[in-house]
Amino acid sequence: MLELIVMSTLNGVLYGMLLFLMASGLTVIFSMLGVLNFAHASFYMLGAFFGFQISRWFGFWPALVIAPLLAGAIGAAVERYGLRRVHKNGHVAELLFTFGLAFAIEEVVQIIWGKSPVDFRIPPVLDFPAFTIFSTNYPAYKMFMLLVSIVIFAALLITLKKTRIGLIVQAALTHPHMVGHLGHNVGRIFMLVFGVGTALAAVAGVIAGPALVTQANMAGLLGPILFVVVVVGGLGSLPGAFVASLLIGLVQTFAVSMNGSLSGAFGPLSPDYAATWLADIWNVTIAQIAPIMPYVLLVLILIFRPMGLLGTRET
Amino acid sequence: MTETTSSVAPPAPAAAEKLKFYGLWIGAAVVLLLLPKLFSSGGSLTTFSLIGISIIFSLSYNILLGQTGMLSFGHAVYYGLGGFLVIHAINIIGANKLPIPLPLVPLIGGLTGLFFAMLLGWVSTQRSGTAFAMISLGVAELVASSALILRTFFGGEAGISANRTKVFRLFEWSFGPQIQIYYLVAGWTLLAVIAMYALTRTPLGRMCNAVRDNPERVQFVGYDPHVVRYIAFCFAGFFAGIAGALAAINFEIANSAYLGAVQSGSVLFATYIGGVGFFIGPIVGAIFVTFLSLGLSDLTQVWQLYFGLIFIAVVVFAPGGITGLLMMHRPLLKAGTFGRVLPSYLIAFVPTLAMLIGLILATEIIVFHAVHSGDDSNIKAFGVPFDAANRYLWAMSAILLIGGYFVARRTWTMVGHAWDEATSGAREKGAVA
Repeated sequence: MLELIVMSTLNGVLYGMLLFLMASGLTVIFSMLGVLNFAHASFYMLGAFFGFQISRWFGFWPALVIAPLLAGAIGAAVERYGLRRVHKNGHVAELLFTFGLAFAIEEVVQIIWGKSPVDFRIPPVLDFPAFTIFSTNYPAYKMFMLLVSIVIFAALLITLKKTRIGLIVQAALTHPHMVGHLGHNVGRIFMLVFGVGTALAAVAGVIAGPALVTQANMAGLLGPILFVVVVVGGLGSLPGAFVASLLIGLVQTFAVSMNGSLSGAFGPLSPDYAATWLADIWNVTIAQIAPIMPYVLLVLILIFRPMGLLGTRET
Repeated sequence: MTETTSSVAPPAPAAAEKLKFYGLWIGAAVVLLLLPKLFSSGGSLTTFSLIGISIIFSLSYNILLGQTGMLSFGHAVYYGLGGFLVIHAINIIGANKLPIPLPLVPLIGGLTGLFFAMLLGWVSTQRSGTAFAMISLGVAELVASSALILRTFFGGEAGISANRTKVFRLFEWSFGPQIQIYYLVAGWTLLAVIAMYALTRTPLGRMCNAVRDNPERVQFVGYDPHVVRYIAFCFAGFFAGIAGALAAINFEIANSAYLGAVQSGSVLFATYIGGVGFFIGPIVGAIFVTFLSLGLSDLTQVWQLYFGLIFIAVVVFAPGGITGLLMMHRPLLKAGTFGRVLPSYLIAFVPTLAMLIGLILATEIIVFHAVHSGDDSNIKAFGVPFDAANRYLWAMSAILLIGGYFVARRTWTMVGHAWDEATSGAREKGAVA
């Protein structure tokens, strides 16, 4: 039992930190530009596939640097030449633009790398067990993932709190118009924020690629969960996104490792009902409903705290 | 003041107006009746049925997006649930020999859609805008994932099927042949379109528009925007359920794809490409997108990519959709200044077409080298055979694409100037408000 708790906590925190890498960019972009980037998870996917391709050519370490830069450049270009044009048509048009973009990126990735998973391997340097707890080996690569996300998290925090550009971004989180009035080049800041945000998502993609499955549907699988994170945390709240990322990471990881079901708790269902839909609910294990946990959480939050955990804005 | 009072009680429409209005509906009914006489092959009947279903679905979606300003990413939930319930209903009716004829069965789907919209809508419609969009996505994922868990009811990956001919028969209609299904779909399409058009003319429809344009003002007037959004959401769910029911009857199967994100995305595409600003927009979009998806998939392997690009192009360049583009010209036609833009259109058409051909050629060549490198390089796209390994062709596509772009950009400026001239000409004649 203790083993399960320790392992799930480790994995859950890891998953949560990965989610936060993406959710942070999404939140900052949303706060500043007012547009929820539907294609954010697509940049995560692009990061993973770029990482795969570049690590094939030059090795994993260059890929860890080049792939996010590449994805970030694409992101900046999307903001500069796409979103800015659509901006005058309102938020719905912006959201639809990113929706179309997500669709197109998925198609392009499918065309280039195919539908089946690609063979993105853990670099040999990190392919060893880091430590053994309760007779289970914990892979070093996962510790590396955790380390990278914590380092980026710290760097992000320092940038936001201690640098000039961070100050402007922070100001734009709460008073976007005032920042413009103060004479900052809002356009360039937007482009920069969009580029950095998408690059962060791509970092998450590169480090998650070898550990999870690198496949053309990974954006479609992760995207909705990412939006759950930002809505549950409160739209536009960075601390909220952090809490929600960890919460959803932990909830999902713990749920996956649990095997309990109603039939386990109350004994098997009487055979009269065996063929009805009640049997489905009775026999389903917690592990099986893990994928829907985030959405259940979303609905609960919407009922009891519609602005999100730490949200303040009624958008 | 006089203006407001006069608009509160509009004068009764003249007889000619009335004739035009009802004539339009009767004309539509006649066209629907005669279509199978003109195109009687099984394939075209299936296509027409699909278009009819898509029209109802898109119009129901436009109650949300176009009329109430709610961007939903999960409208297929109500479509799919309607479809599933109808399949179960057909099985139950068939097994118990209940006296319910098939033409009434879509109503069951509609009521299912209504029920689930009432259930899920209250929470979802609390907020509009981006928050609503995300919530609709979350709810859709919740329902779609649950559908895979509740295997007995939803049939897992395979789905559930039914036999529509086993239902109680009225007038000896078996609903086996596609022609009878076509008339069933056509009848329901006409009914649903009339109902949804009528809805836009009711005070509720007007309040929906007000909520879309200025929810704060609506609150000041004394309405609750949340309630208005909720009611609109329920209506949209009802009609989506009817569309799902017709789809289930048409295919005699319902599976989890009915509920999924792809279905929600395609109705969004159809509605937006058609144009959300006009009632007729989603109808145009449904027809266009159905033909496009059927036609393009025969012509090229990567049709979904083109589909996505068309959608992005519409969002960026023509936010009013196809109908919006066409309707822009109405004041010019009325004022008779359309002739001033027409030449610039013709001039711009040539380099733009060259650019598009270059883009398509480049895409097809890149796709060939990314997917089938090593196979025979003589490929065929859009019915045109060519050699993808031919370097001259590579150069040609690049020249067409880049050269076309630079020439086309100049002609677009010309179109802009001609447009401004024509509009100001029309304004002088008083055709533009």
